Amino acid sequence: MARVVVDVMLKPEILDPQGKAVQGAFGRLGFEGVASVRQGKRFEIELDGEATPEAVAEIERAAATLLANPVIEDFTVHVEAGV
Amino acid sequence: MRIGVVTFPGSLDDRDAARAVRVAGGEAVSLWHGDADLHGVDAVVLPGGFSYGDYLRCGAIARFAPVMEPLVDAARGGLPVLGICNGFQVLCESHLLPGALIRNDHRKFVCRDQPLRVENTATAWTSGYAAGQQIVIPLKNGEGGYVADDRTLDELEAEGRVVVRYAGDNPNGSYRDIAGVTNARGNVVGLMPHPEHAVESLTGPTTDGLGFFTSVLEGLVRS
Repeated sequence: MARVVVDVMLKPEILDPQGKAVQGAFGRLGFEGVASVRQGKRFEIELDGEATPEAVAEIERAAATLLANPVIEDFTVHVEAGV
Repeated sequence: MRIGVVTFPGSLDDRDAARAVRVAGGEAVSLWHGDADLHGVDAVVLPGGFSYGDYLRCGAIARFAPVMEPLVDAARGGLPVLGICNGFQVLCESHLLPGALIRNDHRKFVCRDQPLRVENTATAWTSGYAAGQQIVIPLKNGEGGYVADDRTLDELEAEGRVVVRYAGDNPNGSYRDIAGVTNARGNVVGLMPHPEHAVESLTGPTTDGLGFFTSVLEGLVRS
């Protein structure tokens, strides 16, 4: 068993209203020194077997096809160690 | 003329869309998301709603429904397809239309009668309008902000592919006030506001939306 993690973030030029809402709440709650907040998504994917290069490439394909919309989002894929 | 209306799990406006087709004089054909068959319809409407609960991204899962496979092929081949609200989101996720829809910039759901300017009257769905005509139809969305990179936006403007633009206040932060766009061929149109809710004076603010449905029917008769 291995775990592959896909992190998806809106591209920097795309407005993130959710992040802005969180940033506003920071201010109201007195958390200081925060210049900006952007919110993304994290997918934890458990593989049946080992994280072979082929298996990770398959997840990268899934990320580009389904998990992220490349028009507005960037993603990174990494294998989580020690799972 | 037979116009298919797709129902996904979570579609809301499929019945209104079918009704709009009938009011315009067409035959509405119900299409099911799980059925990879368009049943020989002459055009398709992807209705509004919250397909698959808007999980992941609006339209992201509906895009892979079995019915979408023949639909994407047929749309590339010239079949008239109209995506309204969630249907627009599905068309963008399917890459049949450029850009994407994100959460409204003011973060609130908006529901109001929305003035629009019809800018492209050469599409399959807008040929019955006059260029520059102002119409008022309902708008109701939480994630209706149209976004694309500057290059795509410039291309859309240069090719006249902005079909409808918000007139007056921009209700959701859409770049360049864009309410709806078309593909290069003009057969696929997507927009956030709801023409199908403005086809009868009893229930709509106007009957301005009817033109989308009569346009496609007239085009089909001509061809």
